[in-house]
Amino acid sequence: MTLMTKPGVEPLRIEPEAVEEAAKLLYIRACKVLPDDIKEGFARLDGAETDATAKTILATMIENIGVAERMDNLLCQDTGIPIFNVLIGRNVQVDGWALKEAIARGTARATREHPLRSSVVHPITRKNEHTSCGERVPVINIDFTDAERELRLEMIPKGSGSENGSFLQMLVPADGVAAVKRFVVDRVIQAGGKVCPPTIVGVGIGGTSDLCMHLAKVAATRPLGTRCADAEGAKLEAELTEAVNSLGIGPQGLGGDSTAFAVHVETAATHITMNPVAVNIQCHSARRASATFTPDGIRIGF
Amino acid sequence: MTHHVLSMPATEEQIRRLRIGDTVTLEEVLFGIRDATQIHMFDHGRRTKFDLRGHAVIHTAPNLRKVERSGTNHSGYEAVCVGTTTSDRMERFTRPLMEREGVRIIIGKGGLREGSLEAFRDLGGAYLAVVGGAAALETTWIEAVEDVDLDDLNPESLYKFRIKGFGPLLVAMDSHGGSLYASVNAEAARRRQAVLEKLGAA
Repeated sequence: MTLMTKPGVEPLRIEPEAVEEAAKLLYIRACKVLPDDIKEGFARLDGAETDATAKTILATMIENIGVAERMDNLLCQDTGIPIFNVLIGRNVQVDGWALKEAIARGTARATREHPLRSSVVHPITRKNEHTSCGERVPVINIDFTDAERELRLEMIPKGSGSENGSFLQMLVPADGVAAVKRFVVDRVIQAGGKVCPPTIVGVGIGGTSDLCMHLAKVAATRPLGTRCADAEGAKLEAELTEAVNSLGIGPQGLGGDSTAFAVHVETAATHITMNPVAVNIQCHSARRASATFTPDGIRIGF
Repeated sequence: MTHHVLSMPATEEQIRRLRIGDTVTLEEVLFGIRDATQIHMFDHGRRTKFDLRGHAVIHTAPNLRKVERSGTNHSGYEAVCVGTTTSDRMERFTRPLMEREGVRIIIGKGGLREGSLEAFRDLGGAYLAVVGGAAALETTWIEAVEDVDLDDLNPESLYKFRIKGFGPLLVAMDSHGGSLYASVNAEAARRRQAVLEKLGAA
């Protein structure tokens, strides 16, 4: 039997205590400071908006970003469902179980110690443990990257108003891409002001039903300015962004040009008999925070 | 487009003066209410100690910090962050809120539907839109969490807030059948065909 240790490379070891502290810090930071790309998105929409009511609403949203930073307060009352993406690079050594436990402990401590509203309940009894945790929550997505000796922890407090704007349809090949486009436009109309526009409309195309829905979430929580890696997906992003912003829904569903910062698309290969499409929406308080662990230390960002 | 300042509670006559597109700033008292609060009040038959007649309720569930009860603070809470949640989920509670409890104003985001619009017309009520997701700003309009009821539902308890300059809020649904949401939705439905044609997806 061969030992699974590569000689000569000292792996990056991640201690659970560091993950716990980072998880706590990221949950609180994400709730308070919007990423630069979202702030720039607001400036762009505000510059192009032609409706007077919509301009007033965008101005209030922009003012709120400043108030939250100045007063060190939460941008939005909705602390969301906590989501953590763990991106594990090469030559990283981590106890996976301890990592999951550490993320939950950090989440619970942020909730009790800040304090934050625990928005998480049992799905049937509706009982709130006041920890922002519960069965399978925080949602933890683990993936692997080719970054050398690096672990990235991303935190997303996903608000419920926009999360309720989630839709899946198992279209069939004969429906074509036209039905995919119609689905996106119709779900944006259906969601109206309920999802707190201007939004990022996340669209998943392909995969299985669960992967398709996950792709929509990945798309909705991607930084503004990033493009779909697939050329066909990227083409759809541009077309659909223009389309949803021609509907007149506007900020808060009260009319105007600024319905979405962008439509983001993520794709996956699918079955010869399938044509799945999913929509997941991110509200204008498109919050994210990240911690990147490297041999040099921990870098905090978005 | 008129700006109104309403010291709460308000009369039916004051509410019927509000028209869609007007703006309103509220003073004095505001009650916070949410899904669970109303499910317990109207589906489980629970009653509140508060007299809500003529008052405004906001669709919320705040972030709070526990403090000692003292002076005028009967709730044992202070506000960390108070914001607004999506109203649509609570559509079916508008009429009972008005009929049984005498509520006159609902504050929320995203709007309510036809049933609420009818209740506003029949009973004299209005829906005021606050900018959702602007909770840090909204919190500066809250002076205190004066009292609380049904607190086993925390954070979805029934809260009594002391407010100062709460607004400006936009009259988005009035007692005369006006709804900005209905107009915007009708306009989106009208534009849909052209949008789909441009996408080659009509």
